[in-house]
Amino acid sequence: MNPYVVLRVVSKLLIPLIFLFGLYVHFHGEYSPGGGFSAGVVLGVGVILFALIFGMEAARKAVPPYAARFGMALGALLFASVGFASLIMGGEFLNYTVLHPDRTYVGQHIGIIAVELGVLTSVTSVIIAIFYAFAGRERSGDTAED
Amino acid sequence: MEPQFLPAAIAAHAPALLVMIPLILSAPAAMITSGRAAWLLAAIGVGSALVLAVEIFLATRAEGAVLSYAMGGWEPPLGIEFRIDALNAALLLLLGSTGFLAIVFAGPSVADEISRQKRSLFYSAFLICFAGLSGVASTGDAFNLFVFLEISSIATYAIIAMGWSRDRQALTASFNYLVMGTIGATFFVIGVGFIYMSTGTLNMADMGRAIADLGANRAVEVGFAFILVGIGLKAALFPLHQWLPNAYAYAPNFVTTFLATTATKIAFYVIIRFSYDVFSINSGLVTNAMLWVITPLAIAGMLVASTQALFQNNVRRLFAYSSVAQVGYMLLGLGMATSLGLSAGMLHLINHAMMKGALFMALGAFALSYGIRRIADFKGLGQVMPLTSAAFTIGALSLVGVPFTVGFISKFYLIQAALDAGWWWAVAAILVSSVIAVFYVYRILVAIWVSPPDEVRKASAKRVPLAIAIPLAILAGANLVFGVWAEPIVAMARAAADAAILAGVAS
Repeated sequence: MNPYVVLRVVSKLLIPLIFLFGLYVHFHGEYSPGGGFSAGVVLGVGVILFALIFGMEAARKAVPPYAARFGMALGALLFASVGFASLIMGGEFLNYTVLHPDRTYVGQHIGIIAVELGVLTSVTSVIIAIFYAFAGRERSGDTAED
Repeated sequence: MEPQFLPAAIAAHAPALLVMIPLILSAPAAMITSGRAAWLLAAIGVGSALVLAVEIFLATRAEGAVLSYAMGGWEPPLGIEFRIDALNAALLLLLGSTGFLAIVFAGPSVADEISRQKRSLFYSAFLICFAGLSGVASTGDAFNLFVFLEISSIATYAIIAMGWSRDRQALTASFNYLVMGTIGATFFVIGVGFIYMSTGTLNMADMGRAIADLGANRAVEVGFAFILVGIGLKAALFPLHQWLPNAYAYAPNFVTTFLATTATKIAFYVIIRFSYDVFSINSGLVTNAMLWVITPLAIAGMLVASTQALFQNNVRRLFAYSSVAQVGYMLLGLGMATSLGLSAGMLHLINHAMMKGALFMALGAFALSYGIRRIADFKGLGQVMPLTSAAFTIGALSLVGVPFTVGFISKFYLIQAALDAGWWWAVAAILVSSVIAVFYVYRILVAIWVSPPDEVRKASAKRVPLAIAIPLAILAGANLVFGVWAEPIVAMARAAADAAILAGVAS
């Protein structure tokens, strides 16, 4: 636990806002700069800040390492599933227009948001996993997981 | 495209599926913890890629046949296009078949070399690498090619580094490759940037047309130079090959087998694509690059790397140097800038995959049984492991170019192409390099067959698992079969070369 009260209080206030901002960047990414990648970095940074202030133990409890590993793959899976869904619905790979039967622009919306959700999941998880990998290193030089 | 043997609904999307099935399977492979299940996913991914590659290969048999697939329904040249003709199709077929044989071999070999917790992640990284390489071979978009190149490279660095549990040097080898490979990829993307700046397009066929209209343009020429150096690094073009010997020597056996048969070949394909189709082989720029850059470096690689191979004690390092020399043969064929030369280069590309596949797989079998990699330790292996040693010997003789092996066929066509171009000095270089190859192969073969085995080893003889014996037998057999019945491979190489030339004329 970090002994600095100011840091703890401020980050307690900030972390929810960081997450909220991350979600805003994600869902508004269609109309303004942003999207899954930048939002994923913002969310990942929220977790990293939490770990820096409240310690690795607390962070590992909040976001377990296996969840990060799972999330990395899940995001990629989600992205690719959209591609296969559009294949099955009769379009080319990742052709979003076929995702809605009548209105092509709705299909485009569905497709881009689903794909970006995959990117968000993967990027957040990768950022966290990289941080865990470095933060979890022992001084002796070997990684803790071996 | 006309469906060949798969249902029309699948055949229509074959180019996308070939890349995407391995890519999507890498995600569940990373989620699970069972190494066996991950191996199964990898086998399914590579197996389906092989089936799709056969389908694509059959569909592009007709002269001038080109498959074009618009990703996401965005029409080229604006959208990303997968564009496959006989040249890529040959590469995809090679990638699929050697990849499949390698993944069968991977079962026992990976179980022996990689710790239990890491196996599923290892197979996941392998699938990403495979998908990236197939993507490079399928895409018709220069920037997309860069992305796939990076996808495959980053996965490659990871799987090479997995050799660390056997030998810590795998980590430095992988790091070296990471630095060199990243520089190469950066050079490539800078080159693409120069061309994009001048032509305003990223689609390779469209780029070809725009460059032809542009005439002499310094920015485009600089772009070509950057691309040649960047991809030359990936293809282990002498003297940019420094990453290769250690990477091959310390990676897990399965990774070396897979990379030696595919990775540098795909980079070689990219050089062909850019010098023939994006740029014109008849333009002064490319002709000069071929004559004054590619050819001298190819010959230097053939001679210097073969000589370096003579002084290696680690067998895998020896064959890694020999791979650099063999890349020299392929580039020499390309450097002739004739139809005959290019098809000889393609022929050697396919044949070299068979030889090195058999050799590295046999080394993997030796390593599995005895954990050995130095020539001195190979004494008497011929008596304790006669069949594996025989397969190894076939691969080694093929590498030298003994008649009735594929190595002879590719050298025969290469010499023919050189004589046709009037390059008698290139013939001399091929012969000298082959003689050097006789010496380094001789050292190993003498150790295997002539020297007596240790008593200890005689007693501890182990059977080679079928999962290694079968793919090894297929590869060794292919060296002999296609060494006698060469027409199918020669026809494939010729069709590939013709497709490259035809696409260049069309643009």
